Amino acid sequence: MNMTVKDRPKKKQTETKKTPIVNVENVYKVNQLNLWYGEDHALKDINLDIPEKQVTAIIGPSGCGKSTFIKTLNRMVETVPSVKVSGGIQYRNQNIFQPSYKVEELRTQVGMVFQKPNPFPKSIYENVVYGPKIHGIRDKKTLDKIVEKSLRGAAIWEEVKDRLNENAYGLSGGQQQRLCIARCLAIEPDVILMDEPTSALDPISTLKVEELVQELKKDYSIIIVTHNMQQAARISDKTAFFLTGEVVEFSNTNELFSNPADKRTEDYITGRFG
Amino acid sequence: MVVRENFQTQLDELRELLIELGRLTGKALDEAIESLKNQDLELALRIIENDVKVNQLEEEINDKAILLIAKQSPVASDLRRVIVAIKISSDVERMADFAVNIAKSVIRIGPSKLIKPLEEIPKLAGTANQMLSEAIQAYTDEDVALAKSMADKDDTVDETYGRLIQELLGMMKEYPDDTNQIIQLCFICRYIERTADHATNIAESIVYLVKGKRYDLNE
Repeated sequence: MNMTVKDRPKKKQTETKKTPIVNVENVYKVNQLNLWYGEDHALKDINLDIPEKQVTAIIGPSGCGKSTFIKTLNRMVETVPSVKVSGGIQYRNQNIFQPSYKVEELRTQVGMVFQKPNPFPKSIYENVVYGPKIHGIRDKKTLDKIVEKSLRGAAIWEEVKDRLNENAYGLSGGQQQRLCIARCLAIEPDVILMDEPTSALDPISTLKVEELVQELKKDYSIIIVTHNMQQAARISDKTAFFLTGEVVEFSNTNELFSNPADKRTEDYITGRFG
Repeated sequence: MVVRENFQTQLDELRELLIELGRLTGKALDEAIESLKNQDLELALRIIENDVKVNQLEEEINDKAILLIAKQSPVASDLRRVIVAIKISSDVERMADFAVNIAKSVIRIGPSKLIKPLEEIPKLAGTANQMLSEAIQAYTDEDVALAKSMADKDDTVDETYGRLIQELLGMMKEYPDDTNQIIQLCFICRYIERTADHATNIAESIVYLVKGKRYDLNE
């Protein structure tokens, strides 16, 4: 009898699981982006590739440039006077800053949802068809279909289907926000930008929107700015950590929240500063 | 500026409890071997009774860790710190159980004369116990090098264990009337060897805590 066998079964050496590298298309390629508000250097040498049909979260303390960054993606930032931009943003392989680029076209492809729900003071129905009508769709049946599809897509159809002609202001905050998402879906965008979309919502409405984001990423590429780190951890595939206008770390969300590479990321997500 | 002072205090408390758990367990292992050497049945009984404290402490660590997760939503190294506290406490608690098992074997051997003077078993136990105290030290200081060098000792423990078992089995024929004692001594060797394995697990947890990666130190 041989009793000298090492008597503990050996575990197989396991490397920490890495997300397999798959070829994903990028909707945006941001290359050496710099942005100034007058003298204030708000974004510094940003390089980010934003993947298609995934949720990309942007986190960072107040004033780190995350909202500025997201507003650059649809060129909304240009509404601020004295803004100066250098570097490039390629959306679907076209530089959105080149003079011939049509910003109106960009905005039909890139929808946006804001911090506070901002429905128009119109009926629920009119809110949803507003965009499609601008784009020249007049056929009532087509519009009806768009309304149902968009409201279903925003997970609010069941709640409002019997009162489509009522004023949107009668809805709760959470419903208004989902209506705004529906309004965004009605123009069938490619990308949805969300700037702290749940910061004005109660916890249940927040969870509903988070669930919705998970659904939407099947068809849309979503970029979400959030102050809620747990929200970024829950719903995003990739996370970028911004600090004083720079991207400190941009990696898979699982990695960033379990074992961040940069000490500053670690300090921020564990709440050691901010 | 330390934003989460309260949270940090709670993490510190969790660590202190775990260090205390290690201290109690080390004491139990020491006493278990002491009770064997001196065939001190009263001490053996006391070890069994005292194990309640270790179990309570392990539960307290678990409860605290669960509350921390529920209320503080820790991430990254904070999360690893909490998870590792749960894992290490369960390893240490198991080591204390082995001290109890040794004590029970001591009681089963009873007052009957030992077939030979004990030298190697206490030495083996000494190594295992040293592994535990180094494990706790490495955990306290988050010292990966110490954790790894401690885990290396497991090989010596395994070798000595294998040899002792062979020896004891050989004695079976020589002392047919003392098979009970020989079997109990075999068990005791086994308990000590398992104790060292759990110390190795703790070393792995410490490396995971510090590096965020898993290593098998039992190779």
